[in-house]
Order: sequence, then structure tokens, then C-alpha cells
Amino acid sequence: MGNQNLRPPTIAVTPEEYSQMSMKATPKPTMVKNMIWAFGVGGLICAFAQIMINVFRHMGLSAKEASSTATAVVIFLGALFTGLGVYDEIAKRAGAGAIVPVSGFANSIVAPALEFKREGFVTGMGARLFTVAGPVLVFGIATSIAAGCVYYFLHR
Amino acid sequence: MKVKRAGNQTVVFADSPVILSSYTVVGPMEGRGPLGKTFDQVWPDTLNKEKSWEKAESKMLQEAMQGAVSRSGFGKEQIDFLLAGDLLNQLISANFAARQLGLPLIGLYGACSTMALGLAVAGMLIDGQFARQVLVGVSSHHDTAERQYRMPTEHGNQRAICAQWTVTGAGSVLLGSEGDGPRITAATIGRILDFGEKDTNNMGAAMAPAVADTILNHLKDLNRQPSDYDLIVSGDLGKVGLRLAKEILLKSGVAVGEEFSDCGVMIYDAAQDVHAGGSGCGCSSVVFAGDILRKLRAGTFKRVLFVGSGALHSPISCFQGESIPGIGHAVVIEG
Repeated sequence: MGNQNLRPPTIAVTPEEYSQMSMKATPKPTMVKNMIWAFGVGGLICAFAQIMINVFRHMGLSAKEASSTATAVVIFLGALFTGLGVYDEIAKRAGAGAIVPVSGFANSIVAPALEFKREGFVTGMGARLFTVAGPVLVFGIATSIAAGCVYYFLHR
Repeated sequence: MKVKRAGNQTVVFADSPVILSSYTVVGPMEGRGPLGKTFDQVWPDTLNKEKSWEKAESKMLQEAMQGAVSRSGFGKEQIDFLLAGDLLNQLISANFAARQLGLPLIGLYGACSTMALGLAVAGMLIDGQFARQVLVGVSSHHDTAERQYRMPTEHGNQRAICAQWTVTGAGSVLLGSEGDGPRITAATIGRILDFGEKDTNNMGAAMAPAVADTILNHLKDLNRQPSDYDLIVSGDLGKVGLRLAKEILLKSGVAVGEEFSDCGVMIYDAAQDVHAGGSGCGCSSVVFAGDILRKLRAGTFKRVLFVGSGALHSPISCFQGESIPGIGHAVVIEG
């Protein structure tokens, strides 16, 4: 906060009082509604993936192959619905229910790809592809390396 | 030298500049809003056949400014300055629109307060006898603002309930020293107030103290009451900011009621799912150059206090943990 030595007259509210007023005036997020939406949509995405795993298993894939294939399908659909301009509309209501599943990760990469392609293939799309997903990758990979090291020394 | 000032922050025009003409261009969502019929041009979509949203915004501003000029009947050679501004880095919308107009340009950055700032500066240029006619043009665009200030537009996220929706729109007015139309009689240039709000989703709350401070000083400088105005209208405080500004004024001894409204609250209706209301330079510029000027011309309003509200932060300052500096510029327009 900068210098607030203002020439009078000034408003008769101090920054401390104002933060109280502001907190009271600012509407709270609709938690229960958001949680129901997130539970419903997140659950549907996961149930859909589970059905696909079962179908792939039935078709003769191994458990690992079936889950990898189902993951790829969910990623593809996340990217497709982002391209069709639908995914952000779903996530607007479902919140974490649409962001946490792997389709949300696809959205976080396809959205900047679409957004920045007008600034060029290299300087736009290439450079800014990971603006949203970048931190997830950096800290995700760093954490997995740390976890791998711990695992290695504990089980040597 | 006779100084045309009153009190701390207010300039009072001796020969009040006239608003000769105005023109507004908006996007589809604004066209569907409650003020839809007051706009001169509504685009079918936010791109309108341009290659990028930035180009579209610049085109929109260009069309608004050309519309105001052609409606006034003045030729370009009779316009001495162009005052233009927008929200984008290096004022690209204004600069590229001005490239097509070929007028002497003064670029202004007052964030969402730019229309009020432009009117005040144009008034000073004209009443100071540095110009005969001055064109003011201001724009914002939802998608260009989203990608500069927030997230890629297709990224799935949940907007906060207190967040506002950047208006896609451009408004332009032509002011002159002589003619018929509403007159700008005084202007109060605001100062920056920063009460520590850091939430970029809650810009109404960040700007409310500055707007209240400007209104307070304006009334003191001219020794007026809120009841001296048919309408006191802020630029884009939104529902949260408007409520806070009213509370601050009440605590400071100025009671304002229904006559205090906000362009951001007026431009969309509740069903449009914009949460706390509209924002952006386009918001106050199209509501002012559309609805408010119409009512001034029709005589519905005799005297209006138009207070542009600006949040003068950048994405960088916010990531570095700085709070949001707010500003408010007030202009008095009389019908």
C-alpha cells in the first residue's frame, strides 16, 4: 500500500475498517451448489472412464492397457470439447469436477494452444502452450523425483 | 491569469464545451442487455470477421470514432486532437484505430476510467483554447482483456461471484467549443487511493474508495449536494463496489440513494450470468455515449455527475503481491 497522506477532505474510513466492510459486502461462493456440481460432473467423467476400462478389458486388453487406453480417450475428449468451446462452459459450473480429471489437464493445454496460435506457431503456440499446465508439470515432476528417491533408499 | 479552478481538485469551465455527437459499437452480449436499444451498432459476434480479437477491438473503436465524426458533420480537418485509450498493453487498440484516422493523437491510460478522463482533458483543451473540436474514443473487449489479465478464454475455470465481466464495446464522443448539445461544465480529476484490496476478482471493492473520495471532493469543491444531480453514475464499480462506495460516502457524511448508479450494473441484467456486473473502459464509454447522453439530450436528466472508475494494476504487479490502486475521475454534464 502506498502513501495515503491525502490532502483533506478524505473519506472517513481507514483501510482496516474498509477491509471489514469489503469482506461483508463481497458475496461468498455458493459452496454447497458448487460441491454438488463438482461431485456430479467429476463422478460422471470417472464413471464413464471406468465403463471404458471394463469394455476394453472385455475386449481382451490387460488391466494396465485398458486403463491407459481409457485415459487417452478421456484426454482426447477433453481436448475435443475444449476445441468445440464447450469445456469451459462445463467447468464454469462443475469447477474442480471438470478441472481435476485428466480431461481438465487436456483443457489446460489445448486452451492456450488455441488462444496463442494467432501470435505465431513458435512464438505464440509453442512458447505459451504450458502457461497454465506448466506449474503442474514442474511441481508434479519434481515431487515424483523426490518420491522416487525416498522409495529407492527405503527399499534398497 | 484567471485560474479556472474550484477547491482542491476541480476545474470549472468558463465556456463549457459541447458534446456535439456520439457513437457506440458493442458486442452481441451487450446488445442483448437492457441497454441494447441505446447502442448505434451491435456486432453479431466478438470477432466480426477480423483475424484476431485485438484487430476486432481496434476496428470497433475505429468505427465508433468515425461514426461520431460523420454524425457531427465536421470534417477531419476541423478536429484538432484525438484522445483515445483502451485496456491493452501499449494502448494498441487506440493506436491502431488512430492509424486509420490520421488525427493528432494523445493516448490516455486511465484503465476503466478512460472515458471520464478523456472528457475532462478534452474539456480543458477546448476551454483552454488549444482546440476547437476534440474527438474522444475508448474501447474494451472481453476476450482481449481476458487473455491479457486472466486466463486463456477456453480454459475451464470458475469465476468468483464478485467478479465482473469486461464489456466488449467502443464509445466515442466529439466535443466542440460551440454548438448544440449537452455541455461539460466541470471536472474533478481523481487521485489514487489504495486501501489494500489485492483480489483482482474484486475490482469494484478496489475502486470504491477512490470513487467515493472523488465524489466527496467534487461536492466540497463546488459546494454542492448529491441532490444537485439527477444522476450520479460511476463507471464500473459493479454491485459490490457500488454498495461499498455508498457505505463509504454515508460514513463520510454524504447520503446518496437511488440517484447513485453504476454503468456496470446498468449494462447487463441478472439473467446474463455476469456476476457483479460489467467492467472495462468500454462499459462506461458505451453507457455514457449511449443511454446517458440520450437522456441528457431528451431532457430526462438536467445535470449528471459521471465518475469513471479505474483499477490501475497490471498482471505483473498483482503477481508480485501489490494491492490494486484505484482512481476516479468525475465530469459534470448538463443538458
